[in-house]
Amino acid sequence: MDCSHVFEFKVNRLIVVFTLFLAFFTVTSAAFAQVDSLGTTESAHAETKAEKKFDIGKFALHHIADSHSWHVIGDVYINLPVILYTPAGIVNFSSGDFNHDDEATVVVERKGQRFVKMHEKIYYASDVANAHGQYVELDDKHHALNKRPLDLSITKNVCTLIISIVILLVVFLNVARGYKTRKGKSPKGLQSWMEPIILFVRDDIAKPNLGHKYERFMPYLLTVFFFIWFNNMLGLVPFLPGGANLTGNIAVTMILAAATFFITVFNGNKYYWKHIFMPDVPWWMYIVMVPVELFGIFTKPIALMIRLFANITAGHILVLSLICLVFVFNSMYIAPVSIAFAVFIGAIELLVAFIQAFIFTILSALFIGMAIEEHH
Amino acid sequence: MITGSIAAIGAGLAAIGAGLGIGRIGGSAMDGIARQPEAASKIQTAMLIAAAFVEAVALFAVVVALMGNG
Repeated sequence: MDCSHVFEFKVNRLIVVFTLFLAFFTVTSAAFAQVDSLGTTESAHAETKAEKKFDIGKFALHHIADSHSWHVIGDVYINLPVILYTPAGIVNFSSGDFNHDDEATVVVERKGQRFVKMHEKIYYASDVANAHGQYVELDDKHHALNKRPLDLSITKNVCTLIISIVILLVVFLNVARGYKTRKGKSPKGLQSWMEPIILFVRDDIAKPNLGHKYERFMPYLLTVFFFIWFNNMLGLVPFLPGGANLTGNIAVTMILAAATFFITVFNGNKYYWKHIFMPDVPWWMYIVMVPVELFGIFTKPIALMIRLFANITAGHILVLSLICLVFVFNSMYIAPVSIAFAVFIGAIELLVAFIQAFIFTILSALFIGMAIEEHH
Repeated sequence: MITGSIAAIGAGLAAIGAGLGIGRIGGSAMDGIARQPEAASKIQTAMLIAAAFVEAVALFAVVVALMGNG
């Protein structure tokens, strides 16, 4: 594969720009972390010190999780709508009605039903509060036992999904218009920015794996490549349009993998199915071969799903943990170290964002190519 | 006295495995490129794909470790 043209003059420049971008904002967020840490030190002196043990795991998992409101900075939140499907019909209200309570202490009453939010999940409230003022019943592991309505809310991830759809539509409708109006001429503006990457997907991902029938699958491959890439990048930007961890959400990657799965299954030709159900082996081998091959149909997309999810999630946890070093050591002198490492990992994450989009697309193309391959 | 979860040991073991695997893939790719520099770009693609498979296994382990921890 000759991807040198992409690496050399497009992505390189991009990566440099985004690294600087990221470096700047990592520094700012680390500075905020520093301020917070000083605050913690003061309060730690006031309170008992043993209680103030900082839990990186909880912090990181909270930050990569989906949320009903979008934290901008300090006390500024964007309240996203909560939409619930309940027996009494669809209920909607602003997530601000919970007053950013996440421990089930604030009850919102709509259509004669009472709701509480606990750990970003919405439950039907209990009639009376428990000893901690929470309107839920807890088991011994502090998990709520109350029933939950079907939650169709526009959460942070859904919101990011919509934003990224808008960005993709704006960019690619613009590019497509460029090809229509300047047919046969050299690309211009946004078009010349995107063309090498589109050609990269066509020449290095689609053509080698799909053969001469590649054109049928180009729309899917391009969509999935740019969707994953854009969302990986948006996930790395720690302020408003980004910040949500969309491709690090297993539901999102599951739908992407399911798309590859269905395209593979529906386009599989007779040779593909023969290879699975009647491979050219002695009949007694079928007892082993057929279940293994059948299992293989499902494990391939599942591996796609977990790979993307785990790579992006691991990257986010890594950056957050490095920032958290300031809190753990409880000293501002550790900040330069954690900033330096976070910027370094951030730069690697930019590469990973591209590589994961590439891997997902090339493996999708490989699986589809296996299914449509003619016998020879 | 060491406190913490045994899941951390699991994550560490997964990192060792992935390190060995990716190291071998990278080393072999270097070998291949040194022998045949004109095939460098093809080797790079194959290397990335193979590395992704190894990495995926390690990340499965990390996810399991995280779940065990949580």
